[in-house]
Amino acid sequence: MERIPILRMGQFLLVTIQVDMHDRLAVQLQDDLTEKISEWSSRGVLIDISTLEIVDSFIGRMLANIAAMARVMDAETVVVGMQPAVAITLVELGMSLSGVRTALNVETGMELLYELRGDFHSEISE
Amino acid sequence: MKSGRQEKLPILSSGDVVLARQKVRQWATEMKFTLVDQTKLVTAASELARNALEHGKGGHMVIEQVENSTKNGLKLVFEDQGPGIADIEAALRDGFTTGGGMGLGLGGSKRLVNDFQIHSEPGKGTRVTVVRWK
Repeated sequence: MERIPILRMGQFLLVTIQVDMHDRLAVQLQDDLTEKISEWSSRGVLIDISTLEIVDSFIGRMLANIAAMARVMDAETVVVGMQPAVAITLVELGMSLSGVRTALNVETGMELLYELRGDFHSEISE
Repeated sequence: MKSGRQEKLPILSSGDVVLARQKVRQWATEMKFTLVDQTKLVTAASELARNALEHGKGGHMVIEQVENSTKNGLKLVFEDQGPGIADIEAALRDGFTTGGGMGLGLGGSKRLVNDFQIHSEPGKGTRVTVVRWK
């Protein structure tokens, strides 16, 4: 079955969405991520959507759900790389993704995760 | 409004919703819509195709190149033979949902296009027509 790969990097999980997702794939990712957070005791999730050409209300809701579920499991979620045209459209559609942390790219997204998880910052930089 | 070429696509699965999005993107690109306009139209198409699938139990999309005296546009018609919408005004309101969604589909896609028409008959189905002008 088709699946979006989830990479483990220390305490964090990395997901790069590179396909035009149909709805079932989005729901599958939601399930897989919560499972991996639990399995690997992950403290943060970084989702790169820089190749996504649209984010509609369904994908927006999926991102919000992932962030909310991760939060309940004591993990932070950062969504990175949203294209400007996608951001404009999403807000006009009526979604502000208010519960989801965002960053411009993977690098600043990782910085944000380390910041949110200050306890691991020293561990990584030493 | 004058009509140009048109094409009809079935919307019977979530894979068809993806294909509908890609078709709209392809035509909007060929017609040289700006990236933001392309994105708005494709996003509206995604919402409306999903509505036809989830609430209308499947249907089809007709994509059509149109022009009026001053400009070109892309017209999309979504038609289903589902249960129809009893209260269209309520359905257009943000947050209105009968499914598990956020209720942004109809009202939200209306904001993403220039012309928006909805015709629905309870028990017979729903037809949504949208146009984005260049």
